[in-house]
Amino acid sequence: MTKNLRVKSSEYIDETSRISFKFNGKTYHGFKGDTLASALLANNVHLVGRSFKYHRPRGIMTSGSEEPNAIVQINPGTNRTEPNVRATEVEIYEGLEASSQNCWPSVEFDIGGINNFLSPFLPAGFYYKTFMWPASFWEKYEFFIRHSAGLGKSPTSSDPDIYDHRNIHCDVLVIGAGISGILAAKNAAKNNFKTLLVDEKNELGGLTVYENNEFNKIDNKTPSEWLKKEIEELKVIKNLEIKTRTSVAAYHQYNYLLARENLTDHLEAKDKTNKIRQRLLKIRAKKVILATGALERPLIFNNNDRPGIMLSSAIKKYSEFYGVACGSKNIFFTNNDSAYESAMSLYNKGINVEAIIDIREQSESKIVKKVKEAGIKVYWSHTIVDTTGYKRLNSVSIMKLSNDGTSVTGSKISISCDCLGVAGGWTPAVHLYTQSGSKLKFDEEIKAFLPNQNTSEQISVGSCGGDFKIDEIIKNLNQKLKDTLNINETDLDNIKVEIDQENSKRNIWLLPSDKPLGKTKPFVDYQNDATAKDIKLALREGFRSIEHVKRYTTTGMGTDQGKLGNMHALGIIADTAGVKMGELGTTTFRPPYTPLTFGTIVGRNVGKFFDIFRRTPMNDWHLENKAEFENVGQWKRAWYYPINGETMHQAVQRESKAARESAGILDASTLGKIDIQGSDASEFLNRVYTNAWSKLAIGKCRYGLMLNEDGMVYDDGVTTRLGENHYIMTTTTGGAANVLGKLEDYLQTEWPELDVYLTSVTDHYATASLCGPNSKKILKKIIPDLDLSDENFPHMSFKEAKIGNVQCRIMRISFTGELSFEINVQASYGKHLWEKCIEAGKEFNITPYGTETMHLLRAEKGFIIVGQDTDGTMTPIDLQMDWIVSKKKYDFIGKRSLYRSDTMREDRKQLVGLLTEDPNVVLEEGAQIVSELNQSPVEMLGHVTSSYFSPNLKKSIALAVVRGGKDMIGKQLFVPMESKNINVTVANPVFYDEKNERLNA
Amino acid sequence: MFLINCPYCGERDQQEFKAGGEAHIERPKQPTELSDDEWAEYLFMRKNIKGVQFERWNHAHGCRKWFNMVRDTSTDDIKAIYKMGEKPPTQ
Repeated sequence: MTKNLRVKSSEYIDETSRISFKFNGKTYHGFKGDTLASALLANNVHLVGRSFKYHRPRGIMTSGSEEPNAIVQINPGTNRTEPNVRATEVEIYEGLEASSQNCWPSVEFDIGGINNFLSPFLPAGFYYKTFMWPASFWEKYEFFIRHSAGLGKSPTSSDPDIYDHRNIHCDVLVIGAGISGILAAKNAAKNNFKTLLVDEKNELGGLTVYENNEFNKIDNKTPSEWLKKEIEELKVIKNLEIKTRTSVAAYHQYNYLLARENLTDHLEAKDKTNKIRQRLLKIRAKKVILATGALERPLIFNNNDRPGIMLSSAIKKYSEFYGVACGSKNIFFTNNDSAYESAMSLYNKGINVEAIIDIREQSESKIVKKVKEAGIKVYWSHTIVDTTGYKRLNSVSIMKLSNDGTSVTGSKISISCDCLGVAGGWTPAVHLYTQSGSKLKFDEEIKAFLPNQNTSEQISVGSCGGDFKIDEIIKNLNQKLKDTLNINETDLDNIKVEIDQENSKRNIWLLPSDKPLGKTKPFVDYQNDATAKDIKLALREGFRSIEHVKRYTTTGMGTDQGKLGNMHALGIIADTAGVKMGELGTTTFRPPYTPLTFGTIVGRNVGKFFDIFRRTPMNDWHLENKAEFENVGQWKRAWYYPINGETMHQAVQRESKAARESAGILDASTLGKIDIQGSDASEFLNRVYTNAWSKLAIGKCRYGLMLNEDGMVYDDGVTTRLGENHYIMTTTTGGAANVLGKLEDYLQTEWPELDVYLTSVTDHYATASLCGPNSKKILKKIIPDLDLSDENFPHMSFKEAKIGNVQCRIMRISFTGELSFEINVQASYGKHLWEKCIEAGKEFNITPYGTETMHLLRAEKGFIIVGQDTDGTMTPIDLQMDWIVSKKKYDFIGKRSLYRSDTMREDRKQLVGLLTEDPNVVLEEGAQIVSELNQSPVEMLGHVTSSYFSPNLKKSIALAVVRGGKDMIGKQLFVPMESKNINVTVANPVFYDEKNERLNA
Repeated sequence: MFLINCPYCGERDQQEFKAGGEAHIERPKQPTELSDDEWAEYLFMRKNIKGVQFERWNHAHGCRKWFNMVRDTSTDDIKAIYKMGEKPPTQ
C-alpha cells in the first residue's frame, strides 16, 4: 500500500538528500525539508493516531502547530523520547523514530476502539456521573482511570540534553514571519529600531510564500514571487535579528514574552550531543508587532474526523511546499473561496480533484470561474451528511442544504474519495494578544474575535488583526507601522496590489445531517473527542458559562488547546442558548501557545544548580572530616561528624558529652550578622528588641528577642556593643535576610529620622564557637597575651585580639550553658582559625560538633530555637521569658500586642519541659499531648517541639508547648502514639545547671 | 511580569522587587493609648481592592529602597510611583 505521492519537486525539499525514518517500527523514506507529516503523507500514510476517548482512527489534519490528531511519541524508549509531539512540526532526520500514541496493541488494531461502539454510554461528564458512588470506591476507580488517562509516555531516564535561558531586550519584537511580519520587521529595522523577528517554522514566509493564485498580484508578481524577493532583502538588513524554529509561548504584561528557540531537534542524534537543545528567550520588548496569522477552521459535520479529512489549506501546503499529494481522489468542502485556491493548486500540479461541495448558493469570484473552467464539479448549497471509511476516508454522502441551513432535503449523493479538504473560514490567531491582557471583540462579519483594546505597546497586523486580503493587509499594515513607529514613510507606500475581490462566505457552526444529532458524530474537539452533541447536552444539563461547558465536555482542553474547534464550540453554544457570540465571551487563552518541555523551563537550573547553596569558609575541613550536612536556609551546615561507622545517635551522644566534659567546637559562621552604626543605634535597638539597650556598656553583649508587631517572637540573637555608636547584631541562620529586611523597612518608612546604618556582614566573618570547661585553656594557647580571667573577660563581654597577625573579635557568650567563646575572624581566615583551635585543642580531646549536638545541648538548658520551639504564635510570655520584656520602655515593636485580650489569656500554649516516665523513651517531635485518654473527641493540649536523649543527664528530655502549661509543673500528661501511650510529666524547661554555674567553670 | 520604574534606579524587572502590601498605614505614635480595637485596625485590617490600590514595594534585589506604587489590581496597570514620604498623587 505504500505508493509514492510525491508529485512535483519543491524548492523547500532537497530531493538529493534522502532520509530514512521509522514510524511504528516500519521504515519509510522522505527528503531533507520534510516534516514527519509530509513524509508520511508522501508514503500515503494517513492513519497516525487514535483519539483520546473513543480511540477512533485519526490522521493528519493540518500542516502546523494547531494539529489536534497527529500527535506522536518521538524516539520511543530512549532518554530523548518526547510525547505529544505534533507530526506536522517534526522535521525528519536520519534515524528518527516515531510511534502512535493512545493505542494498544497497535494503531491499526486498537482494543480501545471498543469505546467508539460504547460511545452512546460515554456522554459528556461520564466519569463525573459514574464514579461518584459509592464514594469509598473512588480509590479503586482511580487506579483504572489513571491507567487509561494521558496520551504519550514520559521518559523514564534523565534528559541528556542541555537547555539554556537568554534575556533579550529589543525595540520591536515581530511575532510571525508571514508577509505582514516580514514587512513590519523590515521597516522597523530600516528605521533604526533594534528588531527581533521570530517564527515557529523553519522557513520564513508563512502562507503567502506559496500563494500562487494568479488573480492576486503584488507589483505585477505573484505574492509568492514577490515575497521571496523581500525575504532575500531581509537577510542583509542591519538591526534585525531573525530567529526561526522559535515559538512564542507566553505574552505577559508590560511586553514581557517567553519564546522557545529550538536548536537541535531537527538534527541527527550524533549532531545533538553537547549542544544546547532549546533555549528559552526572555524577551522584554518596547513594542510588539503581532503577525501571528490565522488558523483555518474545519467544518462541523457528521463523522468529520476520519483519516484523510484535512484542512483545505493544509492540502495546499503539502502540495505547494512539500510537493506531496494528500490523496489521489480529492474533494473539497467549503463555505468560502479558500478551497478553490487549494483545488487550483492541486489541479495545476496534475492532482485529481473530484468535486467541490460548497454550502454557499454561489460565488462569482475569478478563482471560482477558473475552477469551473477546469471542469471540476461544484455542488452549490450542498453539505456533507456522512462519511465512510474506518481507517481511511473512502466516500462522502452529500445532500442539499435547506435555505436556513438547519436541515437537508432531497436525495443523498455518494461520492467516492480518499481525501477531503475542509475550509470553514479563518480564525485570527489572537492567543498571544489576549495573553497580554488585551481585550477582544467579536466581529459579526468574519465571525471571529478580533483585537479591540490594547493594554500594552502592541499592534496586530495581517490576518491576526482581521485583514485577510493582500490589499487590505498592506494598506492597514502601512498605516499601523507609521503610527506605532512614528515614521512618515515606509517602503509599502508605493506597492501596487491587484486582487480577486469577491469574498463571500456563509457561516454555519454545526452542519445538519439527515440523521438526528443524537445518531451522529460531529466532532468539535478532535483530540478530546468532544462532539456538538456533548456541548448541547451540557447546555441541557444547565451549564451556561463557557468556562463550565469547556470543563464539563473537555472541549479545548487537549494538548492543542482547541485551536481548531473552539470557535465552533462557542458558535454552537450561542446558537443553542440563543445568545450573541460577542456576549458569550471566550474561554481564557493560557500560555504556553504550544507545549514546552520542562527542560526548557528550568534551563541550567538542574542537578547541583537546581537551588543555590552557601558553604562556610571551614567547609573543606568538614568534608575532609566526613561530616554529614544538613540544609539550614540555603546554608549547608555540618550536622554531625560520625567516626568509625557511628550512627547519628551515637555521634551526637559522643559529641554532646565531650562538649560538656572537656571541649567542643562548632562552626557558627552561618549566624546572621548585621553591622549597626549611627548616632541613634542604641535608640534603634531599643525599638526593635523587647529589652533595654541604652545602658549596655561598650564591650558588652546582650541577648535580644525581636517580635513582630503582632507580639509574636520573630528572631533572637546576641548583640554586642563595639563602640558608642556601633553594634554588631547576630540573628538566627535562617532569619538573617528577613531580619535585615524588616529593620530596613522600619528605618525607611516609620523612623526615617533615626541616624542608623545597617550592613549585612554575615559573609564577611567566619565564626568558631569554642565550648566546654577546657575552652579557656585552648583559647589561652592560641592567644597567650589575652587576659582571660573572669574579671577582665567576664561572661557576656567582648574583646578584640590577634591570633598571630589575624585580627579577631571574641565574644564570651554561650548557647550551650558551658563556658564558651565565639571567635570571629575575616572570612578568608576561617579555616585557619578552625585548624588553629583543633590543633591547640588536641590535648583536651577537642571534639567538633554539628548542629544536632548544638540543638541537644541548648535543649538541656531550655534555650529556645526560634522556628522550632516557636511557630509565629508564641509571645515571650508564652515562652516564659517575661524577664526579657522591658516594662519600662514606652514602646518597641510588638509591645502593644502583648496587652491584647488574646495574648493576655492565661490558657495560651506555653513552653514547658517534659520528662518521660521511662527515661529511655524519647518522644517524637510534633507528637500531640493530651490529659485524658478516654475522651472523644480527645482534646489536644499542645505538642512536642524538641526532644532528645540527654547523655549528660542520662535521660530523655523534651520541650513542648502546652495549653496552660505554666501552671502544670509536676502534672502527668500523655503522649498517645500509634502503638502505645507514653506517660510524661510536665517539668521546668531548664533541665541542666539551673543556676548557670558552668558558665564560669 | 511588571516593568517597575524604581524611583532610585529606573526601569527594572519585577523579579527584582518585593511587594509590601497596602501603603499609607502609619504605625501609631502612641500604641499604648489605643484600645484593642484601634490597635487591631492598624495591625490586621488591610484593603483588597479590585481597582486602583496604593501599595508599598521594595527594590529588594537592587537598591533595597522602599517606595509607593499606585496600581490598578484588575489590569495591573501601574499608574504612579513615588518615594516614601512623598505625597500620594490625587486621582
